[in-house]
Amino acid sequence: MAEEVKKETPAAFKVTIDNITIDVAPGTTILNAARSIGGDVAPPAMCYYSKLEGSGGKCRTCLVEVAAGSTADPRPMPKLVASCRTTVMDGMIVKNITSEKVTDARNGVVEFLLINHPLDCPICDQAGECHLQDLGYEHGKEGTRYQFARRTFKREDIGPYIQLHMTRCILCYRCTYVADQITNKRVHGIVDRGDHAAISTYISRAVDNDFSGNMIDVCPVGALTDRTFRFKNRVWFTKPVDAHRDCENPECCGKATLWLRGEEVFRVTARKDQWGEVQSFDGKPGWICNTCRFDKKETKDWTIEGQTLVARHSVIGANKYKKLEMPAETIKEVMNGRDPKLMMNIHNVSEVNNPNIQLSEIEGPAHSEDFNRSAEHVAGEGESTQWGMKK
Amino acid sequence: MAKKLLLDKAHVEGIRHYDVYRREGGYRSVEKALKMQPADIVEEVKKSGLRGRGGAGFPTGMKWSFLAKPEGVARYLVCNADESEPGTFKDRYLMEFIPHLLIEGMIVSSFALGSNTSYIYIRGEYDWITDILEEAIAEAKQNGWLGKNIQGSGFDCEMYVQRGAGAYICGEETALIESLEGKRGNPRIKPPFPAIKGLYDCPTVVNNVETLAAIVPIMNEGAEAYAAIGVGKSTGTKLISACGNINKPGIYEIDMTISVEEFIYSDEYCGGIPNGKKLKACIPGGSSVPILPANLLLTTAKGEKRLMNYESLSDGGFATGSMMGSGGFIVLDEDQCVVRHTYTLARFYRHESCGQCSPCREGTGWMEKILLNIEQGKGQMSDIDLLWDIQRKIEGNTICPLGDAAAWPVAAAIRHFRDEFEWHVLNPEKCLKENFGLRHYADPIHVPA
Repeated sequence: MAEEVKKETPAAFKVTIDNITIDVAPGTTILNAARSIGGDVAPPAMCYYSKLEGSGGKCRTCLVEVAAGSTADPRPMPKLVASCRTTVMDGMIVKNITSEKVTDARNGVVEFLLINHPLDCPICDQAGECHLQDLGYEHGKEGTRYQFARRTFKREDIGPYIQLHMTRCILCYRCTYVADQITNKRVHGIVDRGDHAAISTYISRAVDNDFSGNMIDVCPVGALTDRTFRFKNRVWFTKPVDAHRDCENPECCGKATLWLRGEEVFRVTARKDQWGEVQSFDGKPGWICNTCRFDKKETKDWTIEGQTLVARHSVIGANKYKKLEMPAETIKEVMNGRDPKLMMNIHNVSEVNNPNIQLSEIEGPAHSEDFNRSAEHVAGEGESTQWGMKK
Repeated sequence: MAKKLLLDKAHVEGIRHYDVYRREGGYRSVEKALKMQPADIVEEVKKSGLRGRGGAGFPTGMKWSFLAKPEGVARYLVCNADESEPGTFKDRYLMEFIPHLLIEGMIVSSFALGSNTSYIYIRGEYDWITDILEEAIAEAKQNGWLGKNIQGSGFDCEMYVQRGAGAYICGEETALIESLEGKRGNPRIKPPFPAIKGLYDCPTVVNNVETLAAIVPIMNEGAEAYAAIGVGKSTGTKLISACGNINKPGIYEIDMTISVEEFIYSDEYCGGIPNGKKLKACIPGGSSVPILPANLLLTTAKGEKRLMNYESLSDGGFATGSMMGSGGFIVLDEDQCVVRHTYTLARFYRHESCGQCSPCREGTGWMEKILLNIEQGKGQMSDIDLLWDIQRKIEGNTICPLGDAAAWPVAAAIRHFRDEFEWHVLNPEKCLKENFGLRHYADPIHVPA
């Protein structure tokens, strides 16, 4: 409560997250500060969505330890805090991946999220771009300790375009925020409470709004799926391209990602950023209308800009697209300057695989002299990074 | 018998009605308060050392002083009468028998906090008490204690009763505020705290019924006199709702100097355990607080006598102590099964979890299922460790204290009664037919047959 006292606030707060100190604007949440560092330092977020006001705080995957509250009051916070809803203070020290408590709690949260999840990824349309899948890979255990029947719900078509598969839902509440903030009227919500809480529409009401399709985009799991795309294809077999069209709807951003196979448009989604959230254009979130999303399924409806650069969801981008964006490498700073090396770096022990030798430039078959000669030449040219790639 | 501050007039014929209540000295505190400065009343409450009676025991005066006072923004006082903790029924008694005491306390508090509109959020199941309160509010209004310009002081105060719809979670202050606003009763994420941004985004104080009623004797007798009762930081009197295996279940107003032993065995209070049985365990402060075996209940780990107050009951932390909580005193005799009892509580918390945050939503249901298995003799040894791990991962990681409240009873049961859990696993046939009994945590006090 002490922070309520009005004080002179500096223009920027210094905050240290996992030994990395950065300056952020006052009012920034810990999560957003960590995202500006990037890499593993950014906590996972299943319910927080930066474009939706009031979201976050529910899933508890983004819990972090606050080792020192601020310069003025350096006491640690007694409990782990939800980084998405806690704003930084000047001089705050946050521990995310360097805290065992956080890792332990996060593993617990992932286990809780998965005990009633059907794990039907092989038949789920979200697979490949599912945040729960990513989270499970990163923080989950291979086995389950849950020995009871999983909670199930009946599948339900809410409106003409969306199917609700409540069994997969993790109750992040994002779709209700979309309905509140983007569509003109919310006709669905959470009914019941506790582990039998479910998303449902008002009796005999269908979700039928020009922007309801965005609920599918914000859903972190496969609970809300596109009925026009269901079981048509796996996302990793389709090719995402950026495209735009002049939409009549003034609220619609008109910039989208088309998921193609050949010339056929399998589905249309809003453009996502590296955190899996809808991208902003000119400071406005790029929500798209249902006409763009569900009705314009021919390439002639769109002006194609080029391939979508898939950054985070490697399954979709694997091997196919030119830019597999590497997250900022933070391990050295996180580990307080200690730079862990691979047990055996192939570039150090072998001359053959030197990354600076362009095999295509060698005429004819390469011989050992080519490598030997280049090794001397390379030594003077600068160091390779620990991954063996030139910066 | 200790001096009663809250319930001394509760049994006067017709005390529910204004005329009798006024004749017995009611509303004196309002008269006194209206002549004082609001800040002085807050100071007085601080000096009295009154602690929140709803469970957390946070100093009331301090809570009041946190209330933000921006210009031109309304402030609200909300009375938390959503008393749903299993084993706690003190507020019900207070509101049912002496409703004007609560209203009087709320008027004084509203004046101290500058709240012109105050709400009583009452548990939905207390429908008849809603009528009693509404009648009392109407009487107070008729006699000029509520409404515009109270007693010519220039202070306006309106009071409304709002019924809940049967959710335990709405006793959590931010869930209560959400529910009062007409929304789904989900706890809010704090900060901001209600003292800054509460009801309708205005600064709000949420207090328990007993806390607000205790303002009346503090004003009447003075803070020093109030603070002189009790011991240490446990000042004044406390209502204890005693239930379970005791001869005289009911509401007792105690000053917090008596020992637990006296409270259970003396005829003035619970009157001992019926049918010559022995005390096995007790939950001293409502279902959320850790259960204690008899030996740790009656004496602390240091060997001192445990007293019925905030400090003594929590002496030793959760390892060997418990909490004062809301004063729901549940006594278990030697015939009670701790596993079954823990299962009952787990079932309650699973049913009452709001489902907003993952650890509580999923963890409470998981614990309930495991406990049912153990209770029915289908459990395994590893289940006990699993239970411990689950409760550990719920505790402290949730939005509101319901997660902690669900985890603590399970943790304490395993901590103190692990052998009983193991016996259930090892004797699947027996555990359905007979009871584990007392074993080493038996009541150390000799009870004459």
